[in-house]
Amino acid sequence: MHKYLPHTNQEIKEMLDKIGASSIDDLFDKIPKSLKIKKDYDIPEAMGDDELTNHMHDLANKNQELLIFRGAGSYDHYTPSAVKALISRQEFLTSYTPYQPEVAQGTLQYIFEYQSMVTELTQMDVSNASMYDGSTATAEAMFMAHAQTGKKEILVSSTLNPRIIDVIKTYAHYKGLTVTLIPEKDGITDVNFIKANIQDKMGVIVSNPNYYGIIEDYNGLADIIHEAGGLFVINQEGQSLALLKTPGELDADIACGDLQSLGIPLSFGGAYIGYLATKQKYVRKMPGRICGITTDVDGKRAFVLTLQAREQHIRRAKANSNICSNQSLNALAVTIYLSLVGKEGFVKFAKESLNGAHYLYNKLLETKKFEKVYDKPFFKEFVLKANFNVEKFNSYLLDQGILGPLQIKDDQLLFAVTEKRTKAELDLLIEKVVNFK
Amino acid sequence: MKKLYDTLIFDLSKEGRIGYQYKEKHLDEVNLPTDLIRSTPASLPEVSEFDVVRHYTNVSQKNFGVETGFYPLGSCTMKYNPKINDELATIKGFANIHPLQPEHTMQGLLQIYYETQEMLSKISGLKAYSLNPFAGAHGELAGLMIIKAYHQKNKDEKRTKIIVPDSAHGTNPASATVCGFDVVEIKSNIDGTVNVDALKAVLSDEIAGLMLTNPNTAGVFEKDILEISKLVHEAGGLLYYDGANLNALLGHAKPGDMGFDITHINLHKTFSTPHGGGGPGSGPVGVCEKLVEFLPNPIVTKKGDTYHLELAKDSIGNLGMFYGNASVYLRAYVYLRTLGKENIKDVGSLAVLNANYIKESLKDIFDLPIEGNCMHEFVFDGLKDSSTGVKTLDIAKRLLDYGYHAPTIYFPLIFHQSMMIEPTEVESKDTLDGFIEIMRTVAKEAIENPELVKTAPHTTIVRRLDEVKAVKQPILKYKDIQ
Repeated sequence: MHKYLPHTNQEIKEMLDKIGASSIDDLFDKIPKSLKIKKDYDIPEAMGDDELTNHMHDLANKNQELLIFRGAGSYDHYTPSAVKALISRQEFLTSYTPYQPEVAQGTLQYIFEYQSMVTELTQMDVSNASMYDGSTATAEAMFMAHAQTGKKEILVSSTLNPRIIDVIKTYAHYKGLTVTLIPEKDGITDVNFIKANIQDKMGVIVSNPNYYGIIEDYNGLADIIHEAGGLFVINQEGQSLALLKTPGELDADIACGDLQSLGIPLSFGGAYIGYLATKQKYVRKMPGRICGITTDVDGKRAFVLTLQAREQHIRRAKANSNICSNQSLNALAVTIYLSLVGKEGFVKFAKESLNGAHYLYNKLLETKKFEKVYDKPFFKEFVLKANFNVEKFNSYLLDQGILGPLQIKDDQLLFAVTEKRTKAELDLLIEKVVNFK
Repeated sequence: MKKLYDTLIFDLSKEGRIGYQYKEKHLDEVNLPTDLIRSTPASLPEVSEFDVVRHYTNVSQKNFGVETGFYPLGSCTMKYNPKINDELATIKGFANIHPLQPEHTMQGLLQIYYETQEMLSKISGLKAYSLNPFAGAHGELAGLMIIKAYHQKNKDEKRTKIIVPDSAHGTNPASATVCGFDVVEIKSNIDGTVNVDALKAVLSDEIAGLMLTNPNTAGVFEKDILEISKLVHEAGGLLYYDGANLNALLGHAKPGDMGFDITHINLHKTFSTPHGGGGPGSGPVGVCEKLVEFLPNPIVTKKGDTYHLELAKDSIGNLGMFYGNASVYLRAYVYLRTLGKENIKDVGSLAVLNANYIKESLKDIFDLPIEGNCMHEFVFDGLKDSSTGVKTLDIAKRLLDYGYHAPTIYFPLIFHQSMMIEPTEVESKDTLDGFIEIMRTVAKEAIENPELVKTAPHTTIVRRLDEVKAVKQPILKYKDIQ
């Protein structure tokens, strides 16, 4: 007996009698003898609950919780505690995809609320129910552009997070699509390269803010891309949508990115959540689930998965995407987070990140131990050039419980500051820098 | 009829209300150039913390979860999601770790990643695993990329076709297309198993591989699996195992022994991690020895007593930002350590016992298209007596009235009135007897009062939905309502 296996020997016997089998092994009669496992798996024996709890805490203690000044796609943000409490409710946590809508109105409703919020954040017409993470959402945006235009080559800015570029390249390679990188010029996308090369491309992918934290000026870019018949894709992480000119305002065709910064823990890089939003006219090329509103036979309002003719379970080999899930529970976490911080808090936290990052940037420059690399507007991340040994610096910080900036090339360091970093913490880092020899 | 809580979070909004507590830093305000900033703030709700808590508690109560009642959804393995998994997977020493920390500051997580890979290898009989794929379909895509990379490395680029039986999950052909393959669909035998003659007819030097679920989507073990794998391998193709139905095999057989070169495993099915209303899941991809070098980046290795992130030699590349859905495989790790070698072998046994018990208890009134022992699930093809016109959909909806979740319906596609039932091993005989009794009640109602069944459900918070209207007049966000 085991706590997850409720059968008594008497019940097993009664069940076998009903089936007309003499043993459980008889039920496996179709498995050829040569394939039958003859001994136990070579895995560890079961642990008692207390033993396992101690074991997991021991393992957790082998990880170091640090004061974080690093981002690059994963951000240490404040999350109200109600988020975790609510997403832990079993009705949300343990249910399947809402295929029986009469008993899944809870999931369907929050997906509808999530889609509503994503369209508010991005100012796009329509959002799906979410994707795996920001990188796969961007790769799927490329597939949408391919399906819409029929063209096989895409321009991708070199100023995207290189991890996202890697994922786009992987997806493109196997699908037989070509990724051409747009060179960067002084930390931003070279628009002249786009002008010269946009013909016959399915579109352009840029990010905002870019990998270096710089807020790029994409005003007018949509016209250049649209004139050539391409789609304009903007990758943008969640919190920055509070402040920056939105993908909708920039006339982007697809907005995508990661929403980890809105209520999802760092958690070793996953599970996060990608979003994907587009214009109404491209909705039928959009992958993933979409929830809509209808009525039931009594005329009551009800939520339902809709426009499913796009999806793999209907179109099989003709589908534009193979996705058959969403990061539903994380979409719920984002929805609850955005409800709690609300209209005002969403902007306030973005500003606190912005102000904190600029405070740190200026103070670090004052130490004379760093130099500017780019002189451009930035959001919560920035790059500085160090006048010292970078590895030694980061291990010095680590010794004091601080996760320093990410070394992105040679002596260039990428810092991140979120609203969660207090002034005392910022001052602590500055003090450490001053004292670093 | 239950009262419908029909309020959207936006409807609760009152200007000025907030639901957070945060101490401002009072640093100098930074003003960004006006042509780079948004002109109007996002219209998010303005609500108090308690508003939010009560709202989402009410919303949650419109859902049926595994803890609510029996959830015999075929192909989905809706087993109990243990509490200890949730507790231990979310402790601070896991939740607060940044993925780009130096390796020596996250040895615990790397160890869990490594040991989970190892345990999955031992259980499935494959050489090595990557936990990077985010879901089952993502694992399929990874596996197909590996097939393609393997043939490309062998300069065997004419292999552009993937064989998929017509009984396969829809993701199989869709993944093959996304990976740039042409799909060759072959007709199955009446029990959904591979028709060996049909397979032979399409094998050629253009075949890159075969995708197979075993037991198949009708709950039948491929008895010819050794011949199938021999044929595919002789033709130069690779064998892909869709691990959606692995639960049946726990303790009994290994995909690796059957000749499969690549697998994906759904941790959210076999290894008890929650489905979360549709995700996040986790779909680790495993490979035989000759394919290890193609695994997605990064891989976790062990040298002496320390664990490292490395790049595989001929890796297919990166499939996500970091290292997969860690919060999910942490739960699977806890589950594996809770069961251990001495209990995990009973999982397949009891899952199969439960499925056969339901099948034998109901086959006198439901049409059983495939005779004989099933594995962890089976398919009924509607009612035996269909004279009153009651269909599988009606039965599924009527079950909701009785507090049961419906089985998977109209899949697999090889039968017209498919009703696919998978009880899993966690359900007791008492629960199964309750379900059997209600199934018999519904079957009786179908004859005596067919309208009652055809118009079900009657007691759920909403009843049958007008899905056509949702497509014709799409309302996809709050502003579309106004």
